[in-house]
Amino acid sequence: MEGNRLSRWFDRKGWSDLLIGAPYVWLLLFFLLPFLIVVAMSLGTKTPTAPPISFGGDYPLFNFQGYVRAVTDTLYFRAFITSLVSAGIATLLCLLIGYPMALGLTRVSKSWRNILLMLVILPFWTSFLLRVYAWMGLMGRSSWFNAGITKIWNAIVPAGWAVDFMPMMHSNFAVVLVMVYTYLPFMILPLYASLERLDPTLDEAALDLGSRPWQVFLDVTLPQSIPGIVAGGMLVFIPAAGELVIPTLVGDASSPMIGRVISDQFSSARDWPMASAIAVVLLVLMVGPAMIYSHFQAKAEGSK
Amino acid sequence: MAAAGEPFLRIENISKFFGPFQAVKDVSLNVAKGEIFSLLGGSGCGKTTLLRMLAGFEEPTSGKIFLDGRDMTGVAPWDRPVHMMFQSYALFPHMSVEKNIGYGLKHEKMSAQKKASRVREMLELVQLVPYATRKPHQISGGQRQRVALARALARQPKLLLLDEPLAALDKKLRERTQFELMSIQQRTGVTFIVVTHDQEEAMTLSDRIAVMDKGEVKQIGSPGEVYEFPNSKFVADFIGSITSFPATILERQTGQLRLSVPALGGEVMARDVPGLSEGQEATLAIRPEKLLISKDRPEGANAFQGTVKDLAYFGKDSLYRVILPSGVLVQAHAVNATRGGEAARVADWDDRVWISFAPSSAIVLAE
Repeated sequence: MEGNRLSRWFDRKGWSDLLIGAPYVWLLLFFLLPFLIVVAMSLGTKTPTAPPISFGGDYPLFNFQGYVRAVTDTLYFRAFITSLVSAGIATLLCLLIGYPMALGLTRVSKSWRNILLMLVILPFWTSFLLRVYAWMGLMGRSSWFNAGITKIWNAIVPAGWAVDFMPMMHSNFAVVLVMVYTYLPFMILPLYASLERLDPTLDEAALDLGSRPWQVFLDVTLPQSIPGIVAGGMLVFIPAAGELVIPTLVGDASSPMIGRVISDQFSSARDWPMASAIAVVLLVLMVGPAMIYSHFQAKAEGSK
Repeated sequence: MAAAGEPFLRIENISKFFGPFQAVKDVSLNVAKGEIFSLLGGSGCGKTTLLRMLAGFEEPTSGKIFLDGRDMTGVAPWDRPVHMMFQSYALFPHMSVEKNIGYGLKHEKMSAQKKASRVREMLELVQLVPYATRKPHQISGGQRQRVALARALARQPKLLLLDEPLAALDKKLRERTQFELMSIQQRTGVTFIVVTHDQEEAMTLSDRIAVMDKGEVKQIGSPGEVYEFPNSKFVADFIGSITSFPATILERQTGQLRLSVPALGGEVMARDVPGLSEGQEATLAIRPEKLLISKDRPEGANAFQGTVKDLAYFGKDSLYRVILPSGVLVQAHAVNATRGGEAARVADWDDRVWISFAPSSAIVLAE
């Protein structure tokens, strides 16, 4: 009963083991192993040697100093908060902008859909750095974009609040704006994938049973798209929280984000244990909630 | 409230265009309260479009629908006292059986307690009480069909639309469900409009049937009427099996027609049909079970000799295919009323037999 002839042949020849095994080997070599090295480094001690890290000998074998500082030092604590809040706001905005776009994609004709999907992915053909630099140009004080926004601002606020230009660059606002711009496709695509699978007759059934269109959305569409929301949310939130390039280029240097802190600790401060400890804490903060979610998801699937 | 003599549902000259394509052509029909009315036809005949217009998912291009005296033009689907049982059932996969059934009641102004008791009542009606908390994918196809029915009935609609209600069920279950549907209809008194392509389903379920083709209603009548007295070749062909021959009307006598049917190799007497004239080309059609087969020449008119070319034994009856001297093949059913298997049958391969039919059994169509 188990599968057809092709899949049995596949099993017998061990191809399926290889096919399933290969990604695991990949993950083991290029994710788990490096991560264990990072964990090991986080327990070392900073020394003025090359490489600037030592274990044992004159120093403790396990030095938890990095973790203690990562959790207690307000600089790091604030960097964590800045990162999580910025990434959270960016994720929420991506969801609010991306959901109607994904829903729209499912409602247009097939030919339009392909064109629009293409447009969603189009920015990936241009270098990410180039796109961030383009935003820097737009937000700069002498750009037409900034001038336009300034004009609108001056027109709607009382005269006392008028400004010569909008101080957009080097702010958390700029970070969130560029993050939303950069990560929006990662929200739209999984949302589109989950919305596209929904049966349109369910909407008709709800309309038929007395629900208005907005009630149909809340009762039928939204609950069924939760897996897409979670997938899109993780795809945006996780990289956004650890983002280095965007805050470095357009962010406020006085309130650094955690990616910047890790980078600085590794390079200029040459404190590898500290940088590694922060990286481990960040990973736990990211992976923890995801694992809790998938645990409950699996439980819900099991009870079905 | 409906005026006296006003039909419960009145469809008045409804047409529907999708671009240049006319899906429904000037359909008018009336349905009485408490009736099971079927729209029967092949795919693309416009029956589903008509149903969707009743539900409010499509607006007619022209014409009007009156339900219980109220003009339904421009009334949104959510404001219509009309509920639909979808062909795919369209149950909400993320809701339990009872949540599905209670969904329509969400919008009713009644106490939570009353809503719960209404859901309970519906669960009892379709015998699904033990499955109340299951999700749709945890129950069988037949149970899902009953959830869909209960959900559509929960708000006590004036009109229940059923789109191919039995199409997704297997044969045994379909027969049982058919009777269940009829008994639920009788108990609730709700008017049913059934869309189906299955003529047997339409015949057993319905009080009346509208046979549709290419967007038009070809005939409206009780199952017996459309079967025994089809008004066109299409209806005769669509409902049951039939053999038809070109004929010419020779003479109109009192209550009877004399026709020349070259394919049968002679003249045929048939019951008179109004609106036909002598010399006119027509079609003679006859149902296989109305054709009698015998070894000896039967009494009366309409008897023709032929040779048994093929026969098929079905147990309760046999089908004979008889070839006539003109080369035409006719089919005749004979009930195997006496026990005895092969030895007891009327005729064998290559036997010379007579086929005959009563003048009242012959259907004469003016096309």
